[in-house]
Amino acid sequence: MHGYQLRAAFEESTGGTWPLNVGQVYTTLSRLERDDLVRPLPANDAGQRPYEITAAGRKDLAAWFGTPISRTDRPRDELAIKLALALCTPGVDVHAVVQTQRSATMRTLQEYTRLKARADQAVELSWLLVLDAMVFQVEAEVRWLDHCEASLVRYTSPSASSLGSLAQPAADADTEVEQEVPR
Amino acid sequence: MTILELRSVHRVHGGGPTAVHALRGVTLTVEEGELVAVMGPSGSGKSTLLNLAGGLDRPTKGEVVINGTVLDTCTRRALAALRRRRVGYVFQDLNLLASLTAAENVALPLELDGVSVRQARPTALAALAEVDLAGYGPRFPDELSGGQQQRVAIARALVGQRRLLLADEPTGALDSQTGEAVLRLLRSKVDAGAAGVLVTHEARHAAWADRVVFLRDGVIVDTSGPLDQPDELLTTPGGSP
Repeated sequence: MHGYQLRAAFEESTGGTWPLNVGQVYTTLSRLERDDLVRPLPANDAGQRPYEITAAGRKDLAAWFGTPISRTDRPRDELAIKLALALCTPGVDVHAVVQTQRSATMRTLQEYTRLKARADQAVELSWLLVLDAMVFQVEAEVRWLDHCEASLVRYTSPSASSLGSLAQPAADADTEVEQEVPR
Repeated sequence: MTILELRSVHRVHGGGPTAVHALRGVTLTVEEGELVAVMGPSGSGKSTLLNLAGGLDRPTKGEVVINGTVLDTCTRRALAALRRRRVGYVFQDLNLLASLTAAENVALPLELDGVSVRQARPTALAALAEVDLAGYGPRFPDELSGGQQQRVAIARALVGQRRLLLADEPTGALDSQTGEAVLRLLRSKVDAGAAGVLVTHEARHAAWADRVVFLRDGVIVDTSGPLDQPDELLTTPGGSP
């Protein structure tokens, strides 16, 4: 396959959820060639140069498939940090932060589900599995938010937070610090 | 067309200092072709809402309207008839009568409504065929898988003129794939013209609904509908895996 074909094949199997530019594809191919993981074949009439995988490349690929993805390599979770900061910031209605996020996350989940409903289960299996990965990740976030809310109810006094205070202007939020946060 | 309407519905269980305010002024409408999911923690009022929506319970204050009929104005007999003719229920379990075949289970609400056995049977078999269970009519519930039993329950819930489907955790005991198949079926039945209310604590299941209503302490605290531009999800950084 040449670069454009590789890009098309990748995007087809992931439903376009991870767009690639073709320059990125050729940079990666060059690096793989340097490491003897792929080798170039003669160019075709259109001047496009196909590549084929080498034995070392197959071995590397098998090792990649056989290795779990480390969660510690993932970027920091902004939402977790936001909630942690909300809890220790006076005047912030954490219930409202949780609910605002849950509504937005739920909406995302609804849309992924709508895409699933539209997909043909018989012929679009790889796309459906990519969608399922996103569905389960988003669902995990909702479950975690439910857990956060249950913990808030259990461990914080109702007076510390009430629905809607985030909608107040910033000046009001300052006043709430004085009025609502238990010392 | 509005199939179900809850107008400022309150429901208080018990009285005095131990009274429990299960619902506090809930207003909700469900249109034909619409599936509404209700989510919330335990004790938030989800099941009370479903019982009121199906006429199994009466509100302390406010009105429940099904197909234009205010339930509070109905006699006991008229209410029972409306429930039989207009409302179908799907629960997590205890859905089917074990001593009746699938076809007999589906035919039961028709027969209770005075339809003859001879007339009810073909209607029941057609309803089973619509949920991909053609040929399963003579089987007893214990001869069916959990997913097949739920499909029979959905067929029964929507047999005859029934257009309001109330489901309480209908996928509770099912594995992920089978549960999803049940939700796809619910969705397709609603798309074909029914109206549905789905109570669930599973966000993945609620996501099959057009709207998700969040209940807390008997109050609707938020509603989540579809995005204006869903395709953006696939190109924004937040939507990428």
